[in-house]
Amino acid sequence: MSTTQTEFRDLKSAATSHRGDRVFNRTITALAFTALLVLAGIAVFLGLQTIPAFESQGISFLTTTAWDINTDPPTAGIWGMLYGSVLLAVIGLVIAVPASILLSVFMVFLAPKKLAAVLTNLIDLMAAIPSVILGLWAFYILNPTADEWQRLLNQYLGWIPIFENSSGNFLGTPFIAGFVLAIMMIPIVTSVSREVMARTPPDLINASEALGSSLWTMLRYVALPYGRGGIVGGVMLGLGRALGETIAVFFVLKIVFDVNWYNIIESGGGSVATLIVSRFGEVSGEFELSLLLAAGFFLFVLTLVVNVIANLIVARTGRLQK
Amino acid sequence: MEMIDVENAEGIEVLETQMEKAQSSAPTEIEMSSRELSVWFGKRKVLEGVNIDFPKKSVTALIGPSGCGKSTFIRTLNRLHELIPGAALAGSVLYEGRDIYDRDVDPVQIRLKIGMVFQKPNPFPSMTIRGNVLSGLKLSGMKRSNHDDIVEETLTAAGLWTEVKDRLGAAAGELSGGQAQRLVIARALAVQPHVLLMDEPCSALDPASTLKIEETIRELSKDVTIIIVTHNMQQAVRVSDYTAFFLAAENEPGHVVEQGLTTEIFGNPQDQRTLDYVNGRFG
Repeated sequence: MSTTQTEFRDLKSAATSHRGDRVFNRTITALAFTALLVLAGIAVFLGLQTIPAFESQGISFLTTTAWDINTDPPTAGIWGMLYGSVLLAVIGLVIAVPASILLSVFMVFLAPKKLAAVLTNLIDLMAAIPSVILGLWAFYILNPTADEWQRLLNQYLGWIPIFENSSGNFLGTPFIAGFVLAIMMIPIVTSVSREVMARTPPDLINASEALGSSLWTMLRYVALPYGRGGIVGGVMLGLGRALGETIAVFFVLKIVFDVNWYNIIESGGGSVATLIVSRFGEVSGEFELSLLLAAGFFLFVLTLVVNVIANLIVARTGRLQK
Repeated sequence: MEMIDVENAEGIEVLETQMEKAQSSAPTEIEMSSRELSVWFGKRKVLEGVNIDFPKKSVTALIGPSGCGKSTFIRTLNRLHELIPGAALAGSVLYEGRDIYDRDVDPVQIRLKIGMVFQKPNPFPSMTIRGNVLSGLKLSGMKRSNHDDIVEETLTAAGLWTEVKDRLGAAAGELSGGQAQRLVIARALAVQPHVLLMDEPCSALDPASTLKIEETIRELSKDVTIIIVTHNMQQAVRVSDYTAFFLAAENEPGHVVEQGLTTEIFGNPQDQRTLDYVNGRFG
């Protein structure tokens, strides 16, 4: 007669005792780690490249703004570029996020079904436009048009510091570059937030309508809080694109080795990615190349930092509505 | 009364008190009514010529088999029906002496006066318990002072106050189904409706929660007019003063077969189909 077993049984090994599952689990795990390895590989490779840059420039590589490679000693600092990357992304976000949310509200709650389907396809198509094409468009068409808008902004809102312009030159401004970034972010943010809003449970919409909501209050208190996590995710994807975007910005932004703190309609600015692309073709030697790779490393770090900060902000504002 | 399959003495008692109430009451004042109401979804007519009067501060049960248009009907009473694409309607719904479908009537004002509780408990998951109770004020832009008092009063009226008074800041998602449904009732009460529509409010709940909701309904009917759709015959007998029986023949729009005092509909129905239905012979 066997005795009843009363101690804890190891259920975990029992769960993976099926051979097929075991093989599958291990394969998937290995593949997942590959992605991490690639990421770590990039970080290590770029990280090593920063050594010569720091040896010659010290911390001033991050805190100053200069690019005089042929002087003796050479001076290089990417602060203005790092800051510029963030500034352009912020301008892009300020334009793209409200536009995308309004667009998805229209498609989900207002537009007739057929129109919504057409719009969805068009916007997905927008995401497929290569950035070099957008850059060319921005250079030839947006630049002269936006020149007018910026003059108007300056004329009527010039008392707000961000719309100051003392040079009278409105070409190659951070505003134009940010606008191009916004155009690139809109399809991404829109398609994610449309998807999320369309999933608002009809139960909640019904409840809201039965409580006498208007479309606006329903959106504000029900649909947007419900889809918030997804929408923020979409914004992060867009932000990732904006921080790394190179060629489209390169076409329209006048790169200056100076910090343009907030004069967004003043000619001149910078971003790390455009710095790299603008110098890479005519790089003067090993040393400058390693400086550029170091700049790349810090763009990588910047992207991570921005994502972490954004996640923290999201977690903080994720409280329940009282 | 012998015809009703009432399982316990309590049910009979309820029925008797309702009969007394009905006999003793003076001619009743009508809160709202439907006149020759017909409803379509696209080309499909789902309701035809519905005429019902809903007496003030009473409970009216709408009964009938699935697909007979009860839920559709109840949604026409606070103009939620029109939000469904392809919805159409003929006839009128009278409330406070005027047709709520008149061109110059604001549907939002109607929905505030005529609140609604749905089949599935649907508190807003992104809000706290307190936030849910007060959400109608935010959603409709209605101004009321003393929010703390509103929260306590409405949760008390919905029979939920003692269970949640120490955790008003908790997420509404933490509540059980029955509690969530009572929270939703409190939420509907916070905008001070005159009429409360309930579309099978207990169908997703266990028997104990159902009884609690029924108690709440009987309590609330002292102040508000309640119109409740239910598939549960016992429930109709337990909570309602009046009953309307809906029926739809195959591929025909639904209509009201018989209506009147609940005691009459269940105790002495005039139509054979009503008799069969209330005795559970079909549906």
